[in-house]
Amino acid sequence: MSKQKWEPKIVAFVCNWCTYAGADLAGTSRLKYPANTKIIRVMCSGGIDPVFILKAFERGADGVLVSGCHPNDCHYNAGNFHARRRWDLFHKLLDFVGIEKDRLQFSWISASEGKKFADVITKVTKDIIALGPFKTYQDMNAEFTTVFPEFAEAGNKEIAYEEEMTNG
Amino acid sequence: MKIGVFICHCGENISRTVDCPRVAHFAEGLPGVEYSIDYKYMCSDPGQKLIKDAIREHKLDAIVVGSCSPNMHERTFRNAAVSAGINPFLVEIANLREHCSWVHDDVEAATEKAIELVRMAIEKVKRDKPLTKIRVPVTKRVLVIGGGIAGIQAALDIANAGYEVVLVEREPSIGGHMSQLSETFPTLDCSQCILTPRMVEVYQHPKIKLLTYSEVVKVEGFIGNFKATIKKKARHINEDLCSGCGLCITKCPTKKKSYNSFEENLAFRPAVYVPFPQAVPNIPVIDETVCMYYKNGKCGMCVKVCDRGAIDFEQKDTMLVADIGAIIVATGYKLYNIEKATPESKYKGYGEYGYGKYRDVIDGLQFERIASASGPTAGEIKRPSDGKEPKKIVFIQCVGSRDPSKGISYCSKICCMYTAKQAMLYKHKVHDGEAYVFYMDIRAGGKMYDEFVRRAIEEDHVKYIRGRVSKIHEENGKYIVKGEDTIAGMPVEIDADMVVLATAMIPQDNAPKLAQTIGIPYDKHGFYNEAHPKLRPVESTTAGVFLAGACQSPKDIPESVAMASATASKAIILFASDTLEREPVVAKVNEDLCAGCFYCKKVCPFGAIEVRDIKDVNGIIYKEVAYINQGVCQGCGTCTATCLSKSIELAGFNNEEIFAEIAAL
Repeated sequence: MSKQKWEPKIVAFVCNWCTYAGADLAGTSRLKYPANTKIIRVMCSGGIDPVFILKAFERGADGVLVSGCHPNDCHYNAGNFHARRRWDLFHKLLDFVGIEKDRLQFSWISASEGKKFADVITKVTKDIIALGPFKTYQDMNAEFTTVFPEFAEAGNKEIAYEEEMTNG
Repeated sequence: MKIGVFICHCGENISRTVDCPRVAHFAEGLPGVEYSIDYKYMCSDPGQKLIKDAIREHKLDAIVVGSCSPNMHERTFRNAAVSAGINPFLVEIANLREHCSWVHDDVEAATEKAIELVRMAIEKVKRDKPLTKIRVPVTKRVLVIGGGIAGIQAALDIANAGYEVVLVEREPSIGGHMSQLSETFPTLDCSQCILTPRMVEVYQHPKIKLLTYSEVVKVEGFIGNFKATIKKKARHINEDLCSGCGLCITKCPTKKKSYNSFEENLAFRPAVYVPFPQAVPNIPVIDETVCMYYKNGKCGMCVKVCDRGAIDFEQKDTMLVADIGAIIVATGYKLYNIEKATPESKYKGYGEYGYGKYRDVIDGLQFERIASASGPTAGEIKRPSDGKEPKKIVFIQCVGSRDPSKGISYCSKICCMYTAKQAMLYKHKVHDGEAYVFYMDIRAGGKMYDEFVRRAIEEDHVKYIRGRVSKIHEENGKYIVKGEDTIAGMPVEIDADMVVLATAMIPQDNAPKLAQTIGIPYDKHGFYNEAHPKLRPVESTTAGVFLAGACQSPKDIPESVAMASATASKAIILFASDTLEREPVVAKVNEDLCAGCFYCKKVCPFGAIEVRDIKDVNGIIYKEVAYINQGVCQGCGTCTATCLSKSIELAGFNNEEIFAEIAAL
């Protein structure tokens, strides 16, 4: 990413069976979409802990996408229903934790919807660019480090990375 | 921990947009990475050798391969790692092809992304734990649901391989829709002549337990270890005593009380009936809704004439439970019912064609019965209304199919062929008759299929008109079919004696309910979903459940049979060993942390979570914790996200691993 121009950082939590395969199909169909989104694969959207999302925002993500199988199409029968309930509730709490609601988006993308995957990624990227960088948590982190001097260097990306290495 | 990173060029597929040497060089500088290299084809033999040699030479503990999707070659690289002495679950794939090089144009951006994807994989693999595959026993018995041609074929193949089969059919006889057909395309051989020997073979096969007039009501368990509950509906005839003489049927006084569903309501049947003369098993059923005995307690004519005492009015539904290793679903299809457009129905109906209003406007299956030698007219083409021979007949294709405004977007696949066949049969039987076919396109892909349609047009002079029909109305005993000839570019009007509608194939009414019972996904139409549209077309996404025939999508007979044999081979493959190897991606409870709230138990889609008592030295229970049955757990991780105390971990995808991936972004 070039230093001059800000590029959003987006994390996509996707299920292994539908959306990950849909993303594969987007690839095999050679559909193009922006390169800002990195995929983290989990087995089922039902297994995505809200903490993952908060953690992603904390680690500098500007946007998060959560995607799983369509209702009734879940590999595990009901995982995505639990996910849907969880997201409904969690989405309402986002404002409370200081995150604009549009930074977290959900979609159902099946294994046969490569086109939809590319479209969704393009749209999410556009939305996040419109929202601008997510600074709230970074500012809070800066505050945080003054209170606990042992984390003072955590602002430095390289060292933070090293810490991650050693502490796990 | 020593990690090896292997970046594949995939010929040019990855290296065209990702600077592979740069990615490999970057990875080399990351903490923990002992060895990093890029290579043209990592999945090739020399590529795999490169990985194996590097593992041995550098004493690597884990590897990351930057290549195509894990769905493609994860297994290849895991096997390579295993042969070099690394646990297969210490292999992570960074998807640089499908998720990076193929979807981005900009080399700089794609390379940056590739670096991040590799870094994420490295961080994950550092926290991966070696896992071993789980072995579970297999019950070598198959449950086949549906006794049409697909179910029959699957049951026979499996039974002939020496395994037990439980074949469950909802109707009183097996045979399905194929037994209703007159002749089959493209050979015009008699459907019953080729089907009934198979039906008898099923009945007589020592390995097949045939349960007709029965339904599967509950399925528990998992691949290799299902437990199915089957409801055997009361026939009111003792199957062991009945000899199938049919005397009760001929003497039953309620001759015309109910429509004969096998004859597609073109004929009547008495209260005690067999669906058709060649039924298997040839044991009648008493229809409680019309039988006089159930109405007023009188009659009992059948009891008087049955010299074997097989009539049993007191018979009740019984429940049977069977241990099953694999399930084959072959529930077939039904025809789109175009007369009823109820407000709650997702289908719009075709009131403008007058089906249900005009008795001589019939659907394809009704025409099959009229043309069948065993049908209500003994094979003579006669109108249902007055029994006269129709001299002018109109066939309309795509009634429902390919018509999103009526609720169906797909092509029913078989209608082009069966319409050509029916028009041909008509011309063969009514030599001076005229047959017209309204079509949108002719889709005759298949061996000898297009030749068959050409034969109908050229040899039998069936008149094909490209266009849709807008309305049918009755005038002086004729049915005026108003349509359009889009090739000639003019409206057409035909005064027909009879109209046959090639209505769409749709799933059975209770298809979604059965899917929920078994635990398999279905699409918006109600057709069951295959695990992969190309590479796993006969497997459902639920392990151990296979799909055969038209329950998956519209299919003709050869396709259904081929699919059925494929499911049989899938089941037989499963039974080739006594135990079954399963991916060790399962959840595990940390009993020290578990607070015993059992929210996990509520959300588990598989019922894998049980309550376990923790006792102190005196044997007194002081704590209840969740326990996950590793054989039942499918590894979705819904429990891990639900757990309030974070005491459940999903092997291979635990929180630590995911956090590391997030941190590496």
